[in-house]
Amino acid sequence: MGEEMSRRPYVREIPRHSWFFRHPRYMRYMTREITCIFIGAYTLLLLVGLQRLSQGEAAYESFLQVLREPAIIAFHVAALALAVYHTVTWFNVTPKALPLQVGEEFVPNAVIAGAHYVGWVLLSALVLVGAGVF
Amino acid sequence: MSQRVVELEVLRYNPETDSEPHFQRYSVSCEDEWVVLDALNRVKETIDPTLSYRWSCHMAVCGSCGMMINGEPKLGCKSFLRDYEGVIRVEPLAHFPIERDLVTVIDDFIGKLKRVKPYLIPKHEKPLTEGEYLQTPAELKKFKQYTMCINCMLCYAACPEYGLIPKFIGPAAISLAHRYNQDSRDGGRDERQEEIATTEGVWECSFTGACSEVCPEHVDPASALQQVKIKSTVDWYTEHLMPWVKK
Amino acid sequence: MSKSNKPIVWGTFAAGGTVTAFVMPVLMLLTLLAGLGAVPQGLSYATLHGYASHWLGKLVIFAILFLSLWSSAHRLRITFYDFGVRADTLVATIVYLAAAAGTVASVIFLVRI
Repeated sequence: MGEEMSRRPYVREIPRHSWFFRHPRYMRYMTREITCIFIGAYTLLLLVGLQRLSQGEAAYESFLQVLREPAIIAFHVAALALAVYHTVTWFNVTPKALPLQVGEEFVPNAVIAGAHYVGWVLLSALVLVGAGVF
Repeated sequence: MSQRVVELEVLRYNPETDSEPHFQRYSVSCEDEWVVLDALNRVKETIDPTLSYRWSCHMAVCGSCGMMINGEPKLGCKSFLRDYEGVIRVEPLAHFPIERDLVTVIDDFIGKLKRVKPYLIPKHEKPLTEGEYLQTPAELKKFKQYTMCINCMLCYAACPEYGLIPKFIGPAAISLAHRYNQDSRDGGRDERQEEIATTEGVWECSFTGACSEVCPEHVDPASALQQVKIKSTVDWYTEHLMPWVKK
Repeated sequence: MSKSNKPIVWGTFAAGGTVTAFVMPVLMLLTLLAGLGAVPQGLSYATLHGYASHWLGKLVIFAILFLSLWSSAHRLRITFYDFGVRADTLVATIVYLAAAAGTVASVIFLVRI
């Protein structure tokens, strides 16, 4: 026939600022990513606390007072929830990044992740006891 | 064996006549146990012979029939009609240009496969007289799961970074490089690192994990990419801080 | 195509992500308790100052702050990218400079204690 087919591929653009709304798995991913905003902000809070600590008792006491602000408490609640989300998502994927082969078989993911959870609970309990909460 | 009428909403695109893709609705009677690919075949056979799509084995080993089914990257031959209600929306695999109807332009992926040198590069020449390569079951297990990739590109359709940054080498290609890097018979890791330890290599990955979620063969490309990141990081520090160490 | 230098920041990101996963929830719980009026003994000035005066205490505090600053900064850089802000070099410079500033600040404060 001698007729050449004309190729004209169509490119579907990805919406740069809203692609993650398209599927729950992307929403979960973005939630995990924004945990860094709260953990980062909390780190800055700790940094301020460290500064007040270095400035003497009066300065540190006023820092403790600031912690009682409703906005700071609200921030804590949100940050705590997201920090736990970070912990859970991190521990769950650690076995994928660090597979452990013992003999022929690989240690099951649940075991590696489970060990992290156990360590986390133990460490947290230790810190709480050491800080005099219990 | 009973039948049901399935409503398919398929994205059509004819490069010779259309300026944009558009949806077309088909009503087709299907057997209960059919897959979406069967429904498409019936459409093509009895309703609209112009409908174009790739398929081959119909048993999830060839990787040809990747498509978006209700917005999810799936193999047409592995998507059972019984799992879907109402109108089933069928579109070409996301993040690839549309050639025609459900056929995508896959040249980018093929090029990337070649770039990662997906073949054994032996450490030294081994003449036949030396006999075959010996490999223990443990050595085989180190890379076996990454051999299961059927190049269906569902992972590329799921990966948001590939969608946003087309030059990203992508999950399947990097996992394949990892498959050879992990193979005890191979000595080509340094060569492959030149490709995959680059910005558009593994470092574009943000560990979304969508690739592993959609992979029909449970290859878990996300795990391969994280392992490559760790090895590349160790490499980097070794090269820069201890350049006298031969890898 | 040359190999990327991202490993520099990715190494700290991976280490920091791990450390923050382990310690952040319990630290937040401690300061939350303090905010709710029940200041734990460990957060009292005397105890905390004593802890931070010891070289090991300083090391632990520094490690947590350093790793958390840099891993948060790196993840924030990626997050901006995912939200469609394409000026990666600019964002990277800002976040890493902020992390560097925080690092320097923490050293200064710890030295003063």
